[in-house]
Amino acid sequence: MSERNWHSHRDAKNARLAGAAKLLDGKFAKTEDVVKVLEALIKPGDKVVLEGDNQKQASFLSAALTKVDAAKVHDLHMIMSSISRPEHLDIFDLGIASKMDFSYAGPQSTRVSQMIADNTMQVGDIHTYLELFGRLFIDLIPNVVLVAADKVDHEGNLYTGFNTEETPTIVEAAAFHDGIVIVQANDVVDKVPRVDIPAGWVDVVIPADKPYQLEPLFTRDPQAISELQILMGMMAIRGIYEKHNVQTLNHGVGFNTSAIELLLPTYGEQLGLKGKICRNWELNPTPTLIPAIESGWVESIHSFGGEVGMEKYIMARPDIFFVGNDGTMRSNRALGQVAGQYACDMFVGSTLQIDQFGNSSTVTHGRLSGFGGAPNMGSNPTGRRHSTPAWQSLKPADDPLAKGQKLVVQMVETFGSNKKPVFVDHLDAEEVRKEAKLANVPIMIYTEDTTHILTEEGIAYLYKTDSMEERKAAIEAVAGVTPVGLRSKPQEVKNLRERGIVALPEDIGVRRQDAKRSLLAAQTMDDLVEWSHGLYNPPVKFRSWS
Amino acid sequence: MEKLNFTYQNSQPVKKFVHVGVVASGDLEVLIYPAEKTTLEIVTGSDGFKEVWQNVLDRFFTRYPLQGKFVIHDFGATPGVVNLRLTQAMEELNDEE
Repeated sequence: MSERNWHSHRDAKNARLAGAAKLLDGKFAKTEDVVKVLEALIKPGDKVVLEGDNQKQASFLSAALTKVDAAKVHDLHMIMSSISRPEHLDIFDLGIASKMDFSYAGPQSTRVSQMIADNTMQVGDIHTYLELFGRLFIDLIPNVVLVAADKVDHEGNLYTGFNTEETPTIVEAAAFHDGIVIVQANDVVDKVPRVDIPAGWVDVVIPADKPYQLEPLFTRDPQAISELQILMGMMAIRGIYEKHNVQTLNHGVGFNTSAIELLLPTYGEQLGLKGKICRNWELNPTPTLIPAIESGWVESIHSFGGEVGMEKYIMARPDIFFVGNDGTMRSNRALGQVAGQYACDMFVGSTLQIDQFGNSSTVTHGRLSGFGGAPNMGSNPTGRRHSTPAWQSLKPADDPLAKGQKLVVQMVETFGSNKKPVFVDHLDAEEVRKEAKLANVPIMIYTEDTTHILTEEGIAYLYKTDSMEERKAAIEAVAGVTPVGLRSKPQEVKNLRERGIVALPEDIGVRRQDAKRSLLAAQTMDDLVEWSHGLYNPPVKFRSWS
Repeated sequence: MEKLNFTYQNSQPVKKFVHVGVVASGDLEVLIYPAEKTTLEIVTGSDGFKEVWQNVLDRFFTRYPLQGKFVIHDFGATPGVVNLRLTQAMEELNDEE
């Protein structure tokens, strides 16, 4: 009986690297050889992680992958946290890739839908970020990973700095299981500012023809915040943040939460809430939080990713942010998601549709967007054991073994700007499940996890409801004139208000007349720059020269 | 451009003229005058939303049965914004009392 080869993966990896040896000088390949390198190192059927993060894209490598010979490299199983660039899907049209497991497809969601319908792409599953990262170590262990770094030294040590995001997580999955780690680098330097990923984890480095693509995804111009969003922000601060004493939290990325951030130093200050709420954050470094930071509201912020223009400001505020000894912030999406799920009292997000039961989804007809981190942070982690005042405030009174619950808040206007109702009887996602042949309806946040729904009409305290009928009535009470809201009965609303299950602005002492733009701590991008003492440097598209 | 008219049987007469909002994109202005009957004259830039207006007004007047003459100039406001302006006017009327 022959002995089993217990290092067949390592042998295979070494054989591939040997096959590419003539293209390599140590770990380094020439920029112009990138396509040949990929053809030598990637085999048909490989599981390939192509780094598409939220903000950072390995754009040099993704462009090169579209140019490989599909006779040599085909049927790739792509694993991507974010499908962001056209070439992420071009490789399916070209016959280079056939299957996709992913988390988020925001900018490409329409085309993803179409490619599934056309059978050009087979979808494995839609994941949360953490789930996808987890599977990289269990049943989606990659053969090859293609990632982006800011700087590399001559040994192959990588500096990913401000936009580290998930690069170390992806690299770890390959480096310690005989996968091949291929890196595009913006710059080759003698010494990196700090080592974010050690050279021993890296197999091949290719200097990129130009810096990787980086998007300022989380910058919200205060100019675009409406008075309706200001009203909802005031309601959130009074009826949720103050009421539940929320100290640790994660904000979504929309204008609703930007409004809240800009109301803390004004409205929050008037209410005497400084130091009592919103102290510790898991958050991308959103510029709209600058006034609250400068006013002394914020103790700490850990970030999933960077944000273009915030580099110098963060460098000057190491007490608040997570900054390396080189002075640059280090972001980390995997740890950020863990923190957002387990260490935060509250998640506040938004959605495109909420059904009559309180389930929500951003998947709508013809748009298979995925959810990124929302299902993760917007769920009650039943493994949580530590206690905080906010978490305890949701504990049921009648059960001796009861524990607290995470606050999961959906904040929506009853109608979208397209005048389509956000509250619907049935989610489009139910139809999309059939069209895309998914095992489950792509729901972003389930009603069982949703503790509050806040609209311009009021707040539904869903965690207080005793039955699905009562939950539906509470949702109807704040659903405005959507088909769901029209079922609301005045007597029922009165009863729900008396029992504290529904609150209208007047019930929590919020005056709608105070919902004015002058209540925002910053009303323009220039105001944010001023609050930052000139340290914040807005991306060009957010600058006005008036 | 569409003109809409509604009447309601309401119980709380307004005592004073109020004016809230502006005619800007996605917004509207609401002018309310004391009157014997509740009437609404709406000029809207978005055609074909009569039923939505009816629903917004029904819901608003069920909660706040203000009696007066309402003049509304709308420039594509969502139902949420319409409700915001109506309730702001309601608050201002309550302040006067």
